Amino acid sequence: MDRFSWSNGLLEINETLVIQQRGVRLYDGDDKAKLDVGVALLSTHRLIWRDVKNHECCIAMPLSQIVFFEEQAAGIGKSAKIVIHLHPVPANKEPGPYQHSKVSYIKLSFKEHGQIEFYRRLTEEMNQKRWESTPVSQPIHTGTGSQAGKTRAVGIVGIERKIEERRKETDKNISEAFEDLSKLMVKAKEMVELSRSIANKIKDKQGDITEDETIRFKSYLLSMGIANPVTRETHGSGTHYHMQLAKQLGDMLQAPLELLSPEDLVNACKMFESLKLPLRLRVFDSGVMVVQLQSHSEEEMIASALDNVSEKGSLTAEEFAKLLGLSVLLSKERLLLAEKMGHLCRDDSVEGLRFYPNLF
Amino acid sequence: MSFEWPWQYNFPPFFTLQPNVDTRQKQLAAWCSLALSYCRHHKLYTLDVMEAQESPVFNNKKIERKLSMEAIQVVFEELRKKGNLEWLDKNKSRCLVMWRRPEEWGKLIYQWVSKNGMVNSVFTLYELSNGDDTEGEEFHGLEDWMLLRSLQALQTEGKAEIITMDDGKGVKFF
Repeated sequence: MDRFSWSNGLLEINETLVIQQRGVRLYDGDDKAKLDVGVALLSTHRLIWRDVKNHECCIAMPLSQIVFFEEQAAGIGKSAKIVIHLHPVPANKEPGPYQHSKVSYIKLSFKEHGQIEFYRRLTEEMNQKRWESTPVSQPIHTGTGSQAGKTRAVGIVGIERKIEERRKETDKNISEAFEDLSKLMVKAKEMVELSRSIANKIKDKQGDITEDETIRFKSYLLSMGIANPVTRETHGSGTHYHMQLAKQLGDMLQAPLELLSPEDLVNACKMFESLKLPLRLRVFDSGVMVVQLQSHSEEEMIASALDNVSEKGSLTAEEFAKLLGLSVLLSKERLLLAEKMGHLCRDDSVEGLRFYPNLF
Repeated sequence: MSFEWPWQYNFPPFFTLQPNVDTRQKQLAAWCSLALSYCRHHKLYTLDVMEAQESPVFNNKKIERKLSMEAIQVVFEELRKKGNLEWLDKNKSRCLVMWRRPEEWGKLIYQWVSKNGMVNSVFTLYELSNGDDTEGEEFHGLEDWMLLRSLQALQTEGKAEIITMDDGKGVKFF
């Protein structure tokens, strides 16, 4: 209890109140402190306690004083407690209710519950250590500085030293790991420069992408493991074959085509926009790809989905598919899109997944 | 007076935790409101999570929909964040439900005390929550822990003082 100093209980700028709990009695070690039951307040910087009846009786301790803390379960006739182990008293500590304590721990006894939440918040604050990044005007002892001329007790201080050593070791390991990453970043920078120059050329439609640049770009991608880079750039100036194929698709969508590999089809579809055809390749969040007419705006799809669902009250993907004559996959994608936009909501039960208008 | 269910209660999607964030926010707000009104109506001060899953609040037998255990925990966490719920154990199996905050209870109790000209009298806690005189008052039947918190709120306002007597606690009103 000799770690506490008298306080006016007012919070500093940058200090925030985290939680407060009534009905708390303080203990100096295992003995009841010569104080009544009061209110315990936890801020980002301090542990504060105030007498309920006499508001002027208010004490505080910086959180940096805390080494560690643990819960003590309630017993018969005994309230649950939090036991807090503390660093030695700093030399510059302001006077408080106790001149000297024999022990290095205090207890908070929660006579009206609240210990679980208090413990949780205290854990959070001790992990985040927000007081370190936003210092306040009152002197705060860090507890880990050296104290010349004072013999160290083993035990808690030894544990604390080990924790500090481990932390320094971890820091060192992380810095070493990042050295390799920074080498990779240098290589990546070259690639980024090249991509940017290609992208700019396409945007400005200035000059062709030289074959040299194309080869360099492909080689970079190959070294990263992308064997057949499918990019708008490479197909913007793509092969003659794919161009022809795309034109055919545009003209006669319904007509039976010869056997066609999916890859070639997808590559051809990616050229729609650059060939100014009225079709678009669209990729959904799930990865599903569809070819749709350019006139099909997203809003229209969502609006029609909402109309259909509202008319029927609710729809499953299967019912919606039948209604529109679409595949179940496509109709589900539409329903999910409408849900993402907030127009529909879902009912997921043993009866299946059903969509309703979002009445919330 | 029988409990009036809100329209959401008969809307099946209400019982599915919505993936859309905005929709979910509105859904959870409605659940919190429903849970608190239900507890207020039935004067429930504590909830057991296992029992809650089968209670009519989270289980609408008419439309055959019930809130999953995961969703119930989400609702409870919302209530906790709003200050209406406090867990009684680490496993989160039982909780205190505060459909009325201690300050609000304190105000009601004090109103009754002053209306009956009983300022400056001393009451035991039992007399307040279970006495014949308080029958018919909203705070009649209030559980001890809640009563104590409400009186503490009054104490902070200087309107009461909690005193310890031989066989328990009492309170004096000013």
